[in-house]
Formats: sequence, C-alpha cells, structure tokens
Amino acid sequence: MDRLIAKTPSDGLLPLTVGSVTLSEEDAGVIHSISPFKDQRKAVSDAMKATHEMTYPAANRMTGKAGARAIWFGYSQAMLMGVEPDVSLSKHAAIVDQSDAWTVVRLQGDGAEDVLARLVPVDMRSTHFKRGHTARTLLFHMTASISRVGDNAFLIMVFRSMAETLVHDLKRAMEGVAARG
Amino acid sequence: MRITCPHCGERDRREFYYRGAAVDLDRPAPDAGEAAWDDFVYLRDNPAGPTRELWLHEGGCGAWVVVTRDTSSHEMLGSQLASEVST
Amino acid sequence: MRVAGKGLIDRTETVPFVFDGVGYEGFRGDTLASALLANGIRLMGRSFKYHRPRGVLTAGSEEPNALVTVGTGARQDPNVRATMQEIYPGLDARSQNRWPSLSFDLMGVNDLAAPFLGAGFYYKTFMWPKSFWEKVYEPVIRRAAGLGALSGEDNADKCESAYAFCDLLVIGAGPAGLMAALVAARAGADVILADENARMGGRLLAETYEVDGKPGHAWVDEVLTELRSMENVRLMARTTVAGAYDQGTYAALERVLHHTDHRPHGAPLETYWRIVAKRSVLAAGALERPVAFRDNDRPGIMIAGAVRAYLNRWGVSPGRNVTIFGNTNDIHRTARDLLDAGVHVAAVIDSRHDAPLSDDYEVIRGAQVSGSAGRKGLESITVRRASGEQSIQTDCLAMTGGWNPSVHLTCHMNARPAWQRDIEAFVPTPGAVPGMAAAGACNGAFSTAACLREGIAAAEACLTDLDLKALKTTAPLAEDAPYQISPLWAVPGKGRAWLDFQNDVTVKDVKQAATENFRSVEHMKRYTTQGMATDQGKNSNVAALAILADATGRGIPETGTTTFRPPYSPMAIAALGAGAEGAGFKPERFTTSHKATAARKAPVIEAGLWYRPSYIPREGETTWRQSCDREVNMVRQVVGVVDVSTLGKIDIQGADAGAFLDFVYTNMFSTLKVGRARYGLMLREDGFVMDDGTTARLDETHYLMTTTTAGAGDVMKHLEFVHQGLRQDLDVSFTSVTEQWAQFAVAGPKSRELLNGVLDTPIDDESWPFMACGSVSVLGVQGRLFRISFSGEHAYEIAVPARYGASLFDILAERAEALGGGLYGMEALNVLRIEKGFITHAEIHGRTTAYDIGMGRMVSQKKDCIGKTMSQRPGLEEPGRERLVGLKPIGESRELLAGAHLYKEEAEPVRVNNQGYLTSVCYSPTLGTMLGLGFLADGPERYGEVVKMVDHLRGVTTLCEVVNPVFFDPEGGRVRG
Repeated sequence: MDRLIAKTPSDGLLPLTVGSVTLSEEDAGVIHSISPFKDQRKAVSDAMKATHEMTYPAANRMTGKAGARAIWFGYSQAMLMGVEPDVSLSKHAAIVDQSDAWTVVRLQGDGAEDVLARLVPVDMRSTHFKRGHTARTLLFHMTASISRVGDNAFLIMVFRSMAETLVHDLKRAMEGVAARG
Repeated sequence: MRITCPHCGERDRREFYYRGAAVDLDRPAPDAGEAAWDDFVYLRDNPAGPTRELWLHEGGCGAWVVVTRDTSSHEMLGSQLASEVST
Repeated sequence: MRVAGKGLIDRTETVPFVFDGVGYEGFRGDTLASALLANGIRLMGRSFKYHRPRGVLTAGSEEPNALVTVGTGARQDPNVRATMQEIYPGLDARSQNRWPSLSFDLMGVNDLAAPFLGAGFYYKTFMWPKSFWEKVYEPVIRRAAGLGALSGEDNADKCESAYAFCDLLVIGAGPAGLMAALVAARAGADVILADENARMGGRLLAETYEVDGKPGHAWVDEVLTELRSMENVRLMARTTVAGAYDQGTYAALERVLHHTDHRPHGAPLETYWRIVAKRSVLAAGALERPVAFRDNDRPGIMIAGAVRAYLNRWGVSPGRNVTIFGNTNDIHRTARDLLDAGVHVAAVIDSRHDAPLSDDYEVIRGAQVSGSAGRKGLESITVRRASGEQSIQTDCLAMTGGWNPSVHLTCHMNARPAWQRDIEAFVPTPGAVPGMAAAGACNGAFSTAACLREGIAAAEACLTDLDLKALKTTAPLAEDAPYQISPLWAVPGKGRAWLDFQNDVTVKDVKQAATENFRSVEHMKRYTTQGMATDQGKNSNVAALAILADATGRGIPETGTTTFRPPYSPMAIAALGAGAEGAGFKPERFTTSHKATAARKAPVIEAGLWYRPSYIPREGETTWRQSCDREVNMVRQVVGVVDVSTLGKIDIQGADAGAFLDFVYTNMFSTLKVGRARYGLMLREDGFVMDDGTTARLDETHYLMTTTTAGAGDVMKHLEFVHQGLRQDLDVSFTSVTEQWAQFAVAGPKSRELLNGVLDTPIDDESWPFMACGSVSVLGVQGRLFRISFSGEHAYEIAVPARYGASLFDILAERAEALGGGLYGMEALNVLRIEKGFITHAEIHGRTTAYDIGMGRMVSQKKDCIGKTMSQRPGLEEPGRERLVGLKPIGESRELLAGAHLYKEEAEPVRVNNQGYLTSVCYSPTLGTMLGLGFLADGPERYGEVVKMVDHLRGVTTLCEVVNPVFFDPEGGRVRG
C-alpha cells in the first residue's frame, strides 16, 4: 500500500553558506495561528500562560523560547510554534493549523544584518531590533515574518510556495555582502 | 514616503496598499437613498490640504489604517486603526 | 603637465590606462580627467549638437564636456564623467559622439550650419511634410546628435539595492559636513556621512588652506580617523545622495566597483541605497560657474576652481602659460597657487574696477575676456577694456563667474531657493525639506571658517531635535576671507557665447527665446533645451536665467528657477531596478505538484504569481490541442486530476462567522448545513461582481471560503476591510490557509473509484452526496474532502497538508493513469468549464452584474449585503443590458475569438451597431465544435437567433447561433454521479 511521504518547503534548496552567513531550513515543529475572538486577548494570554508558560505576545514581540515560542504575527494573530495548542485556547481564539503553510528558515552569521538590509525596509540592526523582537514586513517583494533569535541569527518565514524565491533573493543578497568582505 | 502604523510604527510606504478616501468607512443604511449611496460610492473630495485615507498595512500586520495627511506638504498628521475609528 | 611636489596622489604607484586606443600612465588617486591633463590631453569630447571639440571644464560630478564610454561589450558604460572616473590598471575609455575620430569629426559640419540650428530650429524646420518626421527627420537628428551608446547586450554586472537607517545623514564631506558629522557622532548620534567622491574632504583637498594650523587635507585625515573609530558612524564614500523624499527618505547611489576591474563573485557594481534619516545636514558645497563669452568652450578654458583642484589635489597644471578671468577674489587665489607651484601666469583679468593689484602678476582691472582662438585647443584670448582689445597668448584660461550653492536637494520637495543679493546666488529656503538643515557653501557660506561654524551649528540643532546633548565644540581656526563679487554673466559681443556646454545652448538662444515670447523660465528651458542634458545645467542654469531676466526686463528673483528634480546626478536604470531582473522581478509561487508536472514537460502559464501547467503532453502529441482534447475526453469519460491548490482558501471562524458571510456574499450562508458547501457570489459595493467560489461549513462557527486564484489577495483585503472598517461588531476572524493545504480536483465518472483507493474509509453517494464536505483520512493522513465540480462531472476536491502534496499527487496521477485517466492542465480545465457555462474572471471582469451573468436571483432579498443597494439602482437590471450567452459557430467560418464583437447578422459591423462581445472561447472535443461565452444585449431572450461575430483586429467574421451558456449536460445529471 502507498504511503504519503512528507516534504519540507525548502526541500533540496538548503542549506546554503556564502561567506560568513548560513541559510538553513528550520524545523519549527507544529505551527498554529492563534487569533483571539472579540475581547478575548487577555483570556487567551492567561490560558497560554497557564498551559504553555508563555503569554500572548505584544505587538512586534516574541514570547517563549527556542522549541516553544509564540511570535506576534499581525494585528490579530500570533503563531504558536513547537507545541500543540492546548484545547483550552480554542474557547477564546480561532486556532488554525499552519504547520505546512510557511517556509521557515534561519539566517545566521556575521553579516546577517547586512544581508537583511539588502531586502528588508526595516532597521534590523541589533541596536534597534533586539533578541525577542519580531516584525511583519517585506523581504524584497514578499510579505514575511522576521524575528531575531540570536546575536546574529534571524528566523524568517514566508509563504511555503515562495521558498524558491526566498532562497533566490537571500542568496543574491548574501553574495553581495560576502563580496564586499 | 513613510506611514505610521499604529501597531508597527513608522514604516516604508511600500508595505502599504492604498484604498482611497476614508469615506469608505461611512456606509449608509440600505434605505438611505440614491444621493447618499452615490456620495458614498463615487463622490470624493480632492482637497489641497489635510485628507483622510485608508491604507492597508498589507506587507505588515494586516491592519487597515486611517491616515491623515496633507496633500500639499505631504506631512503625515495622524494614523488610527480603522477598527477604532468611530463613525 | 604634472607639477612636482604637488597633489595628493600616490606617485609611487603608476597606473597604465587606455584612452581612445592609446596607452597612457597616471598615478594612483588620479581621475581619468586629471591623468589625461597630466599627459597633455585637452580634447576629451565632442558637443551634443554641433560636435564642437571640447575639453574638461570642471573637476567634479557637474562636468558637462568630458563624457566618455568605459569598457566594452556587456560591460560598456556610456556617458561616464572623466572627472569622476578613477583610473585603474586596464581602464579602457573612449571618447563619444565623434566619427571617425575625436580630432577629426565629420559631424563637425553641424557647427558650420550653426546659424540655422539655433533655438527652436527643430520645431520650426521639421514641421512638413508630417509623415517625414518619424521616417526621415527624427532618425537623422538622432544619429547626428547624441552621447554615448549602450551595448545592447545584457548587463554583465549586477547592481543591488539596500536600506539604511540613521539619526543623522550628513550629505557631503567637506569642511561643513565633516564638522557636522564629528559633532553629532561625538554626541552619540547614529551618523551616516556620504560623499560622492572617492576621497572625503571636499574643497579642503583642492585648496591650500590650513585648518587648525595644519594643511586642510591633514585636518581632514584626522577627522576621518576619529570618525572611523566610532561605532555609531558609517562613512559612505563614492556615494551620491541623489534625492530627498517624504518623511526623511533619501536615495543614494554608491559606485562600488567603477574604480576597479576586479569583480568578486556576486559583487554589486553599484548599490542603490534608500536611507531613512531622522535628520539630515546638507553640506553639498557649491559649484563654480563659467562666464559666457565668445568661444568660451575651447579646450583649455576651465573653471578656476577646477584649475586649483587639478593643481592642488592631483598635482597637474592644465597649462604652462595660464590666464585667469573672473569677478571674485578666487581669481587671485588661483594666481597665487599657480605661481607657488612654479606655473607661469600670463595675466589676471578682473572684471571689477576696484580689484586688488599684485606685485607678482599682472592684473588687468575692469576688463573682460571677449573671445578665444586656437585650432583644437586654446592658443590665445582677446581681452577687452575701455581702451580697446588686446590678444594674449595662453594655453589655459581659468575663469570664474562666482559660485552657486548646491541647493538641489532642498528643492526636491517642491520648495524654491531664495536669491541672495550679496553673493549673487540662490540659497536654500529654510525648512524646504522637513528635517534637513543646510550648512556651509551650499547655504551661501563661502569661507572655510564659516563652513566649519555652520557645520557645528547645524549638527547642534539636529541633536536638540534628536534629544541628544552636544559636547561643547569650537570651530577650528581657518581662513575667513570675505566673498566679494560683482555680477558677470555674459560678455557682450558677436559670436556664440556658450552657456550650456552639454546641450550647446548660447546666450543668443536664450535671448531669442525671450524675443519669441518664451519668457517663463520653464518655457525658455524647453525651447532652448537649456539645462536638459545629463548634467541638468549645473554649470549654466543660473547664468541662463540671469540672461533671460535681463532680456525680459525682470530681476533674477522674479524670473525664478526651473525645478530641480531627483536624481542629483545621472543614475543607471539598472541601479534603480536592482534585484528585480530575471527571477527577482516578482515572487514565483510553486505548487507541491510543480516538480511532477515539470518532469512531464508540461508548459506553465502564470496565474497571478502562481505557475500552473497548461497541459501535460504525452508521447506522440505534437500540439497543445492534441493534449488538451485528450485531457478533456479523459475527464468526461474516465477520470482526471488537477492541482487546485492555487485557489484562495480562507479559514473563517467566530460566533458571527455565518452573519459575516451573509454580509459579504449575495446569498445566505448562515443557513448552510454543517458538512455542506455552497456556491457564493460576492459583489463590490458599487453593485458589480467581485469574485465567486464555494464556501464550506465545517462546523457551527467554522467555515472555509474558496476564492478564485486571481482574486485571492483582493478578497482577503476586502474581508479584512469589511470586518475592520464596517463590521467590528461581528466576532469573526480570518486566516489564509491557501498555503497549508495541497488540494487536487479529481473529476470524471471514475473519480470516486480513484478516491476510494486512497481514502481510509471509502465513500458513496449516501455518505458523500453532491456538495458534501468534511474530514477524511487519506492514507493515514488527516485531510479534507469536498464534493464540488468545476467540470460538470462527478468530481471531488481532496486536500492534505502541503507537506504530503507532492506524494499524494504522484499517487493520484499513477492510479488515474492505471484507470485510463490521468493529469489535466489549465487548458483542459478551461474547456471543461466553458462546456458547462461556468464563469471565470474572463466573465466577471469588473463590469458585469449578477443579473448580467444570470445570477440576479442569487442576490437575497432577505438581507443586506455588500453591493446590494447599488446593484438595484436604475440601469443595472434593465432590458438591453449585455448578458451572458453561449455562442456556437454555424456558418462557413467555424472560428470564434475571445475579444471579438457581436452584431446583428445583417448589421454593418461598426461601433454604433455593437451588441456585445466574446469573453471565452474553446474547441470542445466533447461537442466537436468551437464554443464561446459572451455578453449579448438581451442575450437570454435571443436563444436560437443568429448573430455575427467580427474580430476587426484579426479580420475574422463568423455567424453564430445564440444558445444557453450551458452547452453540455444542461440537466446536470452527471455531477450527481
């Protein structure tokens, strides 16, 4: 009998190292969007605190830690990554499985900020965009979610179908930065 | 040009999608009559000065924002979430 | 001529380069212009219109004459200013706009025809006959006039774009800019200092001034060393800030690799920066202006400041026997610098009657240079004074008409500069660009000390705005000589006195414009082309408008300036569009089945950003129609599989989800049973159709909406707008799940048989009737199944999480083929839906109503919805409207063409008789004929009538029968299995 075989969004495209920067696919585990119902944001946050030990993130922030985190994802949405959402959340929020909807990559290394400066119209320098900060913004022509997860490490998410374009655009920027030395 | 999103702060204009005058928020009642509906759907002012417009922070947080700006000076005078504008 | 002991070049490193095929040597630090001058080359180009021989006029980015082409083939770069091009080993530069050679240019005959080629010549001469303009006149003019040429090959070098952010952007690294950057940096501000030159320092590198008791360039080095040591400072050399835009956004072009032929892999030739600065200091300096006199364009005649720059910075004297002419004390500074370097100064001609005299050189006061002579370069000048004219032998004339502050960027947001009488020049209007302060020479402060003071003051003002505290800074000691000028724009006399060197505009042209009543400065500009060349008249605009002011009897302030627009200096389109060529043009979206269909050599078509297979060819098929017909038959007779993941899928949840859907759809969804799907129609608020699709109810408060592929983005924006802007009262939220699910349509009589092979629990008509939906287990994976059909066949759409998409697609394809079916593509999908009269955006194209497409009854009378009120207004439901019909060819011609228009059979096919048009056509293998969908006046009432289709573009006329748009299986029996 046939069996369904899973493939990741960046299958066959990554990892990629240019100069001092590496782009690799991140296994974020299960991903669910949490969209609080009307006037339920605090209730959601309390439920998340009780069950997942992290609050519902404020705008442009992340909560939790590597392996189980919540990333603010828009005006009425956060992404819970790495853990199955507790059933208690669904009373207060629309929970939607997004585990397969996003290409999740990690951009890491000296010069990662410079690479993003070639593509992202937001100041990504550590003085302004610190660990735990996240932004919904553009990565060249794509809508993206970008979060700082380390001194020189970023988590980048774009639509699954755009994985090739993501790698294309980042590779070009990485080459431009590396060539300057 | 940079637009302030109430959630995300000041951002490059390229993150935003333009809809038009904020008149779109003032939807008349179904029985408001032809004149009111004509006004709502078609008639727009073209002020040299402050104007209220609807922008979607499409390349960002997804919020619809009412932006007040001066068409003469290009000065940004204010931003408010469309969901918080009382009409 | 190289001068010993002068210049900031590295004389230990010689650099070989080629100009017009001849090898020369320069030193590291030379520009092409300085190196050519050092080699005694004065002739560097030919002018645009008259092909007059020209030499270098300036030493900066404003250079109008010395334009060259650098590189060959795909690396050919035209119109490079020799004054900005640094030399490097292997540099290959060529002069432009000459044939066969620079020194002997046949097009020089244009110059002899000059009396006929003045202002307005083209407008007046090439009027008649009209047809000659495009075919004869324009090509000839374009060949004769012009600058460098593009290679026509793809650019071998890549450019990049980038963003930068700072507290303070300092534009220009002369004394004012350096001082401003230093003060701001010491206070802790995040500073970017940008300068268009390779080496920072501005005029301090070109003059012999001391600052703080040391040579100017030494002070510059000290400041730069301190700035480089600070983490909060970014120095951007070779970077021209080219435009000022709203809210503190600035465009800047960094020339990354033009100074070398080294090309590291992936390195950008140029970087187009978008800099966002909270505050900026414009310290762009000033540009010296020439004086217009007869034949003032002869090679060897240069700007005085440029002569000093070549001497002091590059150790080159442009002549051995120099004359100097002008109206400010700068001419005396020029004389002293030359004499100190051992260069002979033949005479100094000062137009001012009260000019200072000198023991070291001859000063001719109250005099003017009225002409020049020489074959390929300057040999002598004519000096005119009250007592008469005299000729003076000279090989270089250094001239100055005063300085123009570089106000350009302050005008980019529509402000006009102000005329400042005492310096006879325009200065920036304060507040012209919000957040920008001007300092130094660009602000009309011409002494070094004033520049340093203004740099400090501007930085301190910015720091206050930024809530930062400036450390106490006193300006270093520097010269503070007053600037004394008496106006001198043009020397009267016969002959041609040049204003705009690059576009060949003379004083006479400007006067003629005024005579012919082109009195507005904007009209004069366009009539004469003054300032419209690549240098944008940086050397000449102010003099031209001074002459216009004089000719029209107005003052200069009343005459005003033309509009300065970005970019400040020429910029390649390649830089503006950096990264967007090829695959970078827009994102490419691929389905999980893309690789599988690509492996089967399926051609793709773009649907929005998605790439979808047109058809999937099989062995022996040579045309798309063969594949398409087979795929259609396959679906009608057996089973077909197509990826429909690209359709928009929006997860809608919340207590008010049903009420919300009732408000955005014309029909009811709150009454839909759980586990069922329904077709829905969405209107725009103006009453026209926006989009359609099926929406499934997964649970009491949980729906899944489907949109068209093309409409997905707009529908999502619309839903968010309706919720956030109009119906905040409703408790509902939307999440796009388009990317989460890989979804495949399985259509045809054997669709259920195929599906039951992958479903862990088989389905039948009872458990899964038409329009049923719900969760299923697909080979052990949780998926979704919808019994919906876009082909009119017994069909389903099956969805699994996208990670399994490729795998499920392969299995379905293999098993469908085993059943005698297979994959189908967009062409077959289109044929199948046309046979059934299903609409797409070809029909709901923005100008059709629900009534027009035969769905008027879908607008529920029980509730309000978006677009309902306006859909009922007069005219939108009236007889005579063009409404959806099917069309079948019946005459000799069997060809139908989308876009063709419909007429009554006997009517003449002209606009007034137009009755409608075709939107979709196909060849139907099922019915053995072409079929068309279209809109026809009162169409549904005219079934059976014959109308005439005429495609005027392609010259096709076909008689058609008007029929019901549902061509195939009108009872719909097949879809129910």
